[in-house]
Amino acid sequence: MNAAVLSADLAYWAQSLLRVLGGLVAVLLPAGTIVYLFLFKMMSFMQSRLGPMEAGPYGSMQLFAEVGKWLQKEDIYPARADRFLFKIAPLIVLASTFLLVVVVPFGPDAWFTDFEAGVFYMLAVSSVSVLGILIAGWSSANKYSLLGGLRAAGQLIAYELPMVLAVVGVVIQAGTMNMQGIVVAQNAGSMFGWDGLGNPYVLTQFVGFVIFMIAVQAELTQTPFDMPIAESELVSGYMTEYSGFRFLIFFIGEFATAGVFSMIASVLFLGGWAVPFSWFGWTNLNDIDNWMNVAGPLILFTKMVVLSFIIMWVRFSFPRFREDQLQRFAWKVLIPVSLVNIMLTAIFKVAF
Amino acid sequence: MAKPKVPGLFKGLGVTFGTLMRTATEGSNTIQYPHEKETPPVRARGVIALHEGNCTSCMLCARSCPDWCIYIEGHKELAPPRRAGGSPRKVNKLDRFDIDYALCMYCGICVEVCPFDALFWSPEYEYSEPRIADLLHDKSKLGEWMETVPEAPELEAGADKKGKK
Repeated sequence: MNAAVLSADLAYWAQSLLRVLGGLVAVLLPAGTIVYLFLFKMMSFMQSRLGPMEAGPYGSMQLFAEVGKWLQKEDIYPARADRFLFKIAPLIVLASTFLLVVVVPFGPDAWFTDFEAGVFYMLAVSSVSVLGILIAGWSSANKYSLLGGLRAAGQLIAYELPMVLAVVGVVIQAGTMNMQGIVVAQNAGSMFGWDGLGNPYVLTQFVGFVIFMIAVQAELTQTPFDMPIAESELVSGYMTEYSGFRFLIFFIGEFATAGVFSMIASVLFLGGWAVPFSWFGWTNLNDIDNWMNVAGPLILFTKMVVLSFIIMWVRFSFPRFREDQLQRFAWKVLIPVSLVNIMLTAIFKVAF
Repeated sequence: MAKPKVPGLFKGLGVTFGTLMRTATEGSNTIQYPHEKETPPVRARGVIALHEGNCTSCMLCARSCPDWCIYIEGHKELAPPRRAGGSPRKVNKLDRFDIDYALCMYCGICVEVCPFDALFWSPEYEYSEPRIADLLHDKSKLGEWMETVPEAPELEAGADKKGKK
């Protein structure tokens, strides 16, 4: 993960290998954690049952059993499916997740790319998954899949907008689009001269945070925004025809994206990997001790778990929105509120 | 003064979180079946047991079964007379009484319809088989389940006792 630290004395291929391994860990570890901790255990506990208990202690190896099961399953194509598109659709969805994790900073030197327009890039590549979903829905040659794909496209485009607008407030306040810069701005900042907590933007941008989390919920097509994959009416929508390994990729994509979006939300609103700089007398990025490269990912991971707990909690508690309610909520509530939020943020930015 | 109203959204989150905490502290409502076994209620309708001595092979149960899953075969036998000098009695002897539990839908009509108290509900539930054909249980197996059939409840005060006074 911290290829940047080692870049001085490593060959290019070794750096690339480290980055690939780091990327795999950064995508698969959150996905596995979310699936086991929340999908298996928390959901079961909320329904007063224990969940998987047989595979490993407290069913902790269940995930490997599930992966093994999926790998054994036959890879089925519908007779009239568009073979090529059908094959690449899950990969496009997963690629979007891997592209997202690229800009997330994990520590002072532990990042994949230190991209100046990181927020912009993040918002851009997060909508690549819409393409994959639409392709999957179309190429399945199945009415339900097509309906699911179209619903997903409509929903994801509708909720992309509040997401962008919610992030704009953070960008205005931090004065940078660089994710690392946003982390530094939060932890080096102070609230009315008191710097014990830094200045996490969840306090000043609370409206933006709520809108961002709602939009993330919709982007991930988690209940209550799961119209596109509604099991009871569309039999899993665009995923209907997928089986075996390709379904597994969709599944990993769904929960890895939940993890990556939680990480991005904690970078934008909760101070990311860092602790408030005043605790150790740091003032900028260059002062930070090297051990933060190890502690940083752990802190970010903890924040990721907390945020995905909220996402999953909402998922397990609420029933599904109707399609028109869903669109009305995005266009008539979230977008106006986030526009007002941007305006107020701009006014306060100029005033102070 | 009325309590301030909690929005339904937060109430819903509270319900799920409350259940989460209750399961974590007090345990779940479910049971880890093969490791620990639930005791079903005494009158649970687990399986149908046969008291062979009471059966007269009248075929009422077999005819009323919606699935036709009861198979009865019998023949008549001569039994010694009740009083000395009487003619020998004719009794029905049961040769075969099978219930196919692969077909049975546990409606209990056979138990209701039996006029001689030969069929009973037993709370036994562990009789699954690897092969579907093995679910056809004969009268000796049905008779074993009689052991777990609970005693009939006491009649209410003033109720008419049927049968011989």
